[in-house]
Amino acid sequence: MAEIPILKIGDCLLVSIQVDMHDRLAMALQDDLTQRIVQDRARGVMIDISALEIVDSFIGRMLNNIAAMSRVLDAVTVVVGMRPAVAITLVELGLTLTGVRTALNVDKGLAMIRTIIDRGEQEDDRRGG
Amino acid sequence: MAETQSLFLTLIDKHQSALLDDWLDRMARGSASGAALRRDDGTLDQAKRFLDQLRRSTRHGQLEDINAADWAPMRELLEDVSRARVVQGFSPTETATFVFSLKQPLFQLLRREIGSADRLADEIWTATRLLDSLGLYTIECHAKTREELIGRQQQELLELSTPVVQLWDGILALPLIGTLDSARTQIVMESLLERIVASGAEIAIIDITGVPTVDTLVAQHLIKTISAARLMGADCILSGIRPQIAQTIVHLGLELNVVSKATMADALALALRRSGKTIQDRPAPTPRQND
Repeated sequence: MAEIPILKIGDCLLVSIQVDMHDRLAMALQDDLTQRIVQDRARGVMIDISALEIVDSFIGRMLNNIAAMSRVLDAVTVVVGMRPAVAITLVELGLTLTGVRTALNVDKGLAMIRTIIDRGEQEDDRRGG
Repeated sequence: MAETQSLFLTLIDKHQSALLDDWLDRMARGSASGAALRRDDGTLDQAKRFLDQLRRSTRHGQLEDINAADWAPMRELLEDVSRARVVQGFSPTETATFVFSLKQPLFQLLRREIGSADRLADEIWTATRLLDSLGLYTIECHAKTREELIGRQQQELLELSTPVVQLWDGILALPLIGTLDSARTQIVMESLLERIVASGAEIAIIDITGVPTVDTLVAQHLIKTISAARLMGADCILSGIRPQIAQTIVHLGLELNVVSKATMADALALALRRSGKTIQDRPAPTPRQND
């Protein structure tokens, strides 16, 4: 069974999905990812789906789940690189992924995670002071 | 049998120029813009070609089915005739008159030339059926050409009315003009998303100043476009909401879940602020000292 690689960039993790997802692969990814977030003390997770031509309700739910799990572990999730055709299909299906942040590409995703983390730290400081 | 069938054709051959004259006369009287038509060389030429082609197409005794291969050049001629008339703004009746006005002169000719009543009736029947199917084909062509014209204009209108404008680095504007139906929403969405990818924009301003009414359906289309842009990582700002439309939105209980501004100017100001840019007045230039 193919394994989806998880790359570490600074305190972010990058997951690039390039194969067809199915139940067991999704479960394995969730296992690996939660483990790596704890192990690497990651603050952000980027999921790159630019290679996916088809995103169905199953993958939509998986993305939502990963975002929710990361949030519990205090990491921000950003889905990056969605194709226009995929976005239109998801909207037509009524799946707007309300629980997930999105960015156009990995670059912008990284910048977005950075801003969110900074903002969070500022708030913590204010509350502490 | 073949001989009886082609009798009226031989007669057409024999009296071609007289028939042509009479026919053009009738055609001119049958149409509103007749006077201009009569002198038109194009019509004379078309009529000549029609009679010529009639003889050639019936060469093999094919008088029943005008969809046969023998009639292909004739069909082409009629298509040309109706296309030319559509462009000139003729009505379907005026277009079909081209063929139907041949009937009266032709029947008069037959009555003069054929003695036997039975024979005359047979000939008229054959000629009528042939001319009717040719005339109906002309009307069909007329309708088809019109439909093509309308279809093309519709397409052009769609493309015309959905431009995506780059206002600033990273800021796109989508001025919507006209009613939003599903087909247009699809095109609007596609062009917006393509431009988001191409320009890497993070903010899109959707301006609905030109949308006459916003009902639940239009609102749903707007929400779809906004959601799709969000999935691509771009935030939307809605602008150009007229007072009436604001009232309608509230009365219908629509929830758009998007930042909205009254004017495009306000939306642009917000977009610039969000992308970390400020606009400020230049200090007034100090008057130069004259020494």
